[in-house]
Amino acid sequence: MEIGLNHYLVLSTILFAIGLVGVMRRKNLLMLFFATEILLNSVNISFAAISHYYGDLTGQMFAFFVIAIAASEVAVGLGLLIVWHKKHNNIDLDNMSSMRG
Amino acid sequence: MFEAIAFYLFAFLTIAMFYVAVTTSQALYALSALAAGMIFISAFFFILGADFLGAVQIVVYSGAVMALYAFGMMFFDTTREVKEKQGNKAIVIGLSSLAALMVVVIVAAPIVGNNIEAIYPMTEGVGNTQEVGMILFTKYLVPFEVAAVMLLVAMIAGIVLAGKKMDLSLTLMNDTDLMTMKEEDKKVHP
Amino acid sequence: MELFLYTALFSPLVGSLFAALFGASPKTKIAGIVPSALLGVSLISSTILLILVFTTGHTLHVEMMTWMATGDLYIPFGFVVDQVSVVMMMVVTLVSTVVHVYAVGYMDHDKGFNRFFSYLSAFVFSMMILVMSDNFAGLFIGWEGVGLCSWLLIGFWYHKESASWAANEAFIMNRIADLGMLIGIFLVYWNTGTLQYDGAFAAMPSLDTATLTWIGIFLFIGAMGKSAQFPLHTWLADAMEGPTPVSALIHAATMVTAGVYLVVRSSPLYELIPNVGLFIASLGAFVALFAASMALVNRDMKRVIAYSTLSQLGYMFAAAGLGAYWVALFHLMAHAFFKALLFLGAGNVMHAMHDELDPFKMGGLGKVMKGTFVMMTVASVALAGIFPLAGFFSKDLILEVAFVNHHYVIYAVLLFTAALTAFYSFRLVALIFHGEERYKLFGIHPHEAYKFMLVAMSPLLLLAVIAGAFKAGYFDMVTQLLPDTEYHVHSAATYWIMTIGTQLLVGFAIFYAYKKYTRRDIKVPDGTSKMENSFAYKLLINQYYIPYFYEEYIVKAYRELSEIFWTKIDQKIVDGTVDGIANILYKTGNTTRVMQSGNLSTMLKWMVAGTVALLSLAVVFGLAARYSGEIKSILSGLGV
Repeated sequence: MEIGLNHYLVLSTILFAIGLVGVMRRKNLLMLFFATEILLNSVNISFAAISHYYGDLTGQMFAFFVIAIAASEVAVGLGLLIVWHKKHNNIDLDNMSSMRG
Repeated sequence: MFEAIAFYLFAFLTIAMFYVAVTTSQALYALSALAAGMIFISAFFFILGADFLGAVQIVVYSGAVMALYAFGMMFFDTTREVKEKQGNKAIVIGLSSLAALMVVVIVAAPIVGNNIEAIYPMTEGVGNTQEVGMILFTKYLVPFEVAAVMLLVAMIAGIVLAGKKMDLSLTLMNDTDLMTMKEEDKKVHP
Repeated sequence: MELFLYTALFSPLVGSLFAALFGASPKTKIAGIVPSALLGVSLISSTILLILVFTTGHTLHVEMMTWMATGDLYIPFGFVVDQVSVVMMMVVTLVSTVVHVYAVGYMDHDKGFNRFFSYLSAFVFSMMILVMSDNFAGLFIGWEGVGLCSWLLIGFWYHKESASWAANEAFIMNRIADLGMLIGIFLVYWNTGTLQYDGAFAAMPSLDTATLTWIGIFLFIGAMGKSAQFPLHTWLADAMEGPTPVSALIHAATMVTAGVYLVVRSSPLYELIPNVGLFIASLGAFVALFAASMALVNRDMKRVIAYSTLSQLGYMFAAAGLGAYWVALFHLMAHAFFKALLFLGAGNVMHAMHDELDPFKMGGLGKVMKGTFVMMTVASVALAGIFPLAGFFSKDLILEVAFVNHHYVIYAVLLFTAALTAFYSFRLVALIFHGEERYKLFGIHPHEAYKFMLVAMSPLLLLAVIAGAFKAGYFDMVTQLLPDTEYHVHSAATYWIMTIGTQLLVGFAIFYAYKKYTRRDIKVPDGTSKMENSFAYKLLINQYYIPYFYEEYIVKAYRELSEIFWTKIDQKIVDGTVDGIANILYKTGNTTRVMQSGNLSTMLKWMVAGTVALLSLAVVFGLAARYSGEIKSILSGLGV
């Protein structure tokens, strides 16, 4: 049984969907960050798979930069999270309603 | 055959880990599951011949990012159960499935796949890490530097945001000021 | 020589703008003097041009600038000074100079003094454009310009309900007629390809008669509105709500004669369609009689003169319709002089009587106001057409034209009207200046107008007396452009019988008017006398019930129709659509603002929904691109 590109893409899509579920149902900000990591990683699988099956390194390059971005996102996001927690003593999404018009 | 077995095994493991990561109500479980999922993903990279990427995945995610999250979690009460939203489950599941379906339809459609040409083709007999290095430091040099600057900025931002009283310089303060500061600190955190 | 042309044309505009500068400030004498002086300049320039045209026979044709040039359409701001327009220029500038100077005195106590002069000079400018333009488009600009100024000036005392009503009536009636005129101009352009007079008239003989007839009729409809011919005549009498100098300048001497000018200017066209000409002549004769009959009983001094103007316009149209364009223009000129004089005299009387208009409440003013008395009497004599004053030469000529052309019905009507004219003119003179001093009953102390006003009127007095002397010279000049048919009754005996008979008839009418209205027992009518209850009197005093008819059957019906359109179509459909769109937007906004709850979790959900929507779009477009061939064939099968 040969494993083709579509297998990887479907796997990636399933992981992406799991990530979306997490994004929508998580109320805790930290948990939300976990879900976004899942989203980014699912995409990385697609990139690597496409790179492999087309014999092109561009996909890997993209995955590489995605990892870089994910790392910086975590750094800044956690910093903000800590500041928020210091101020309000919780990281509940429902309490973050300062953007209410 | 070996490849297929490896793929299905790791696919199952990854999906299971991530499923746990988004559904569990224990923060520690979620963190552990996520870390495991990340490592399993690196397995895919190795299967696909992207050795460097796999290594980076383990180093960055399982090492740096997870460590960061772990530090972040030290601020909060991790033993407490995480409260979940009491929202409409159908919407969440429906929207996610729909998105997945759409993505599958798009990637499975034969319109794109036919005429793709490799811009940076892999060369035979050269290790993946070497190849990545050659491309990254020639064609992607500028994005690479930009990414480096971005990481630096993110690091400074993380330090400034998380650090205490970063607007004050402890080395330039005289002793009396330091003492009053300590006194105030004690008042705030007895 | 172009300098004189531009001076004559633009100095009224400069005067108007100058007076407009003081529009909002309290009365400034200079705002009246400067426009008057500038009009004097315009008058001098016109005189020089007249002398030039008269002595050398040269005409002046300038093109100031291009107004519009698109495709085949080319309309310049072109001006022409030829034998016809120079006569009109003389009349316009002369009368308006006199009226301006007069108005400096007449409007002395009015708050809107500066505004008045701005409007009045703007009117003169528009009138100059009207008469000097070398194409129909320029004529139309002037035509609308004088209409606008007329509206402004009739409604000058806008705080009076009746004045603004009359202004609107005049404006709306003129718009109705202008539509006809516009159609006429379109037809001219459509069929000849140009709006320049010379080009258009040169192309006309090759057109078929039906087209020419339509052009002639539509242009004449425009002339009917401006010259207040039946059935669009009601506005002229109501226009007397405006200040008297306005009545003298606009509603007697210049603007209302624009219709006659248009017919005269279009003489090459009307030459080709004698049937329309005959209709014009018949209508003119009818209006002459019709208006004169209403003037017989009216008890408003200015309205009597207005009806007289209407009647005289009827004479002019009768002459123009019969092809005697030069006669019509001559009567226009002579009429402008004595009718303006009559109006200005009436203005003096009004001032003296503190805006009392009923001549029955005056009487015996001749002793107090000698100057005005003399002037108005001379003007009335001229109007009646007694030898050797201006009216004799122009009006008798029209009678002769009708007689020579064998239109005996028109001749008879005009002759009878001449007698009526003499009667109502002297009824007015007799009631105002002779008989008992009835004004004493009302406690009024009349006084003569300012000296300089009388001096300003004197040129008109002089011209009303001697204008007939210009006939030969005028004929030589004008007939270089207009058909030079001379109208002579063949047998000398018939001529003398006609002339002397007319004079006797008119003289008798004057005598009868004097006898009837200088009696000592004239009372202010109170609606009880036998004559006032007769059918004919009621018919005439109510202007043949035409305004009533208009009000009942046109205005009311139109108002009801408008109500229906307003409540049904405008409010329900038009407003409904607009409000509906606004409501949809408002409700959409109200429902969707829940999205902007500020709750991050909800917003994340919306973000995912948006992602799904975009992905779906990508799928749809991808499919469409993939199957574009099939979709196209299906669409073409459906006939799209």
